Amino acid sequence: MGKPVHSILSKNFIADNDRTDWHDETLFMVRKKRDYASNQIPEWETLRQWASQIKAHTLSNLDHYLTVFEKNANANGIQVHWAANAMEHNEIIYGIIKQTGISSMVKSKSMLTEECHLNEYLQDKGIQVTDTDLGEWIIQLRKEHPSHIVLPAIHLKKQDVSDTFHQHIQTEKNNNDPKYLTTAARHHLRNIFIKSKLAITGVNFAIAETGGIVICTNEGNADMGVHGAAVHIACMGIEKIIPETLHLSIFLRLLARSATGQAITTYSSHFTSPRKGQQMHIVIVDNGRTRLLGNNNFRNSLKCIRCAACFNTCPVYRKTGGHSYHSIVAGPIGSILNPNTDIKANADLPFACTLCGSCSNVCPVKIDIHNQLWIWRQQISKEGYAGKTKSLSMKMMAYILSHPNVYRFSGNVFRMTLKYFPLIIKNKLNPWYRQREMPEAPKKSFRQWYIQKQKSEFKKQHIKKDS
Amino acid sequence: MEVALFIPCYIDQLYPNVAVATLELLQKLGCTVSYPLQQTCCGQPLANSGFSHLSNKCNENFINNFSDAGYIVCPSGSCTLHVKEHLESQSHPSKAEKIKSHIYELSEFITDVLKPKNLSASFPYKVGFLTSCHGQRGLHLSSMSEINEPSFSKPLQLLNNVKGIEIVMPRRIDDCCGFGGTFCVYEEAASIKMGKDRIRDFETNNVDYITGYDVSCLMHLEGILKRNKSRVKTIHIAEILNSGTNG
Repeated sequence: MGKPVHSILSKNFIADNDRTDWHDETLFMVRKKRDYASNQIPEWETLRQWASQIKAHTLSNLDHYLTVFEKNANANGIQVHWAANAMEHNEIIYGIIKQTGISSMVKSKSMLTEECHLNEYLQDKGIQVTDTDLGEWIIQLRKEHPSHIVLPAIHLKKQDVSDTFHQHIQTEKNNNDPKYLTTAARHHLRNIFIKSKLAITGVNFAIAETGGIVICTNEGNADMGVHGAAVHIACMGIEKIIPETLHLSIFLRLLARSATGQAITTYSSHFTSPRKGQQMHIVIVDNGRTRLLGNNNFRNSLKCIRCAACFNTCPVYRKTGGHSYHSIVAGPIGSILNPNTDIKANADLPFACTLCGSCSNVCPVKIDIHNQLWIWRQQISKEGYAGKTKSLSMKMMAYILSHPNVYRFSGNVFRMTLKYFPLIIKNKLNPWYRQREMPEAPKKSFRQWYIQKQKSEFKKQHIKKDS
Repeated sequence: MEVALFIPCYIDQLYPNVAVATLELLQKLGCTVSYPLQQTCCGQPLANSGFSHLSNKCNENFINNFSDAGYIVCPSGSCTLHVKEHLESQSHPSKAEKIKSHIYELSEFITDVLKPKNLSASFPYKVGFLTSCHGQRGLHLSSMSEINEPSFSKPLQLLNNVKGIEIVMPRRIDDCCGFGGTFCVYEEAASIKMGKDRIRDFETNNVDYITGYDVSCLMHLEGILKRNKSRVKTIHIAEILNSGTNG
């Protein structure tokens, strides 16, 4: 099997037209909610500006804020661990689990643990972690990856969920009533929560000033997991730091409005120190982020607060589905982040985009997403990952466009071929023609028309003069 | 007012009528129009495919053609944006800068520079207006649905002056049509799906024409419309503004 590419995977997704329309409409509705919510706040654009500037400042002083955070977290009784990459992240967590001897545990939503493939890693060690975010749990049962960073199971319809639950937790076959299904999930997960002694969570914001973290959920599953656990392990990328609690207000106002159009998530929970008798660990992960930090072109992408507004507005994402991006983080922001981890495997992603620019407009921290995708394209081609056929055709194009005579000659040949030997162009090998007609070939180019017109006007003037 | 016409390569070769309409329209509005004869392309197809490093000579050719021009006008938002954002020159950096600040998309040139009192065009049809992304979000030819800003549109300001025209906006006012340059062939499935969805949005409004300021997007939609034997036609904004009564 060849390596997965977006254009092929999306073709398979689009083959189911009704589902594609449903996916597109559903996400566009979320985008509209975001528009409505942001329009209720006159200072919305100012908030975006501030958030972007706070992140820019923090990224420029990241070493400082990370060490301040560690110092304050330690003072609060939190143990801080540093992981250079995914492997270290997984090993640290495994080490903690082994040390405590706990075998039953829950995990709330964390894209970082997905990025590090923590579930698979622990499973190989014989440890089962249950994801407690409803969407994450559904895809965990199905052994799939999230197709969206906020709505991980958005590629599934309620009948799919019904089938999955019927198979795994024996709900009634074909009962796809959402209330019935969520109640069943709640009962099943409740038992797991009660038994669980260890909770793994993500982090939305880590506040340097207090040494505490903030976790935003709608389901309260992070809180429920942590409150019953003897051990809490929170995992965060180095970019999650903000300097002060004061700054949090700006991000909390932007986050849920951008993500789902809610004013705020149902739970915005602060975890600043462990309960009496509880252990609290924070694992701080690099995994390629410092490479982005050191790159002027892509540094801004580290401002991302994972709201997924760029997903919901992206017409390509909406119509091709998250799994077409063959990565943990799909969508426009994923197409910036993934080539940083593996440029060869993800060389197609920055091209899965029309450069429409809508992503940059909705981004709450003003990442110039589409410009960064454009820059990735240049880097990918320069480093030779664009493919031989494409490189050759681009070299030919560059030659033609640099030589006016060659350009005009080629233009004539193309038009005449299209006019008199159309089958050379109108065939199934031409991806334009497969589902689109070719434009009708005019006899003359504009330039030819223009020169002729100039000549005839010149003549007219001379005839006038002569007579 | 002296204007140099920049006619993008695919318009020159495949849609000369759009270029003729642009030329005649500008002349009607009192401009002295010239067409630099050695022009080819702005280099956008190379750059957006990731090959901007191959576009140096193409850029130099563009600069040779247009560095003497006062105003440069182009009937394409996308190509205009490309020049503004990416035209570069090692040997003539100041010339490149001058071009970047003197190039205009046709409709913004009319609304912002020429500011005619009225246009004597008439076009008695129901016309759907396609907002192309690069002109809108890049050149800010109109307000954007993502941003909380006062509503405006330079091209619609002009079209609303056309006699007999009935303008219809799609339900999704500025969703991309899926052309995207080489995206339309490398990501064929997505491109076609996006185009079909835009067309459906217009067809439910029973329009006669779809118009816009980017021929490339219109060419993509036209290809799909024709393949599906739709009665809806595409037409560039210059052709509408240049239609009807003369002078």
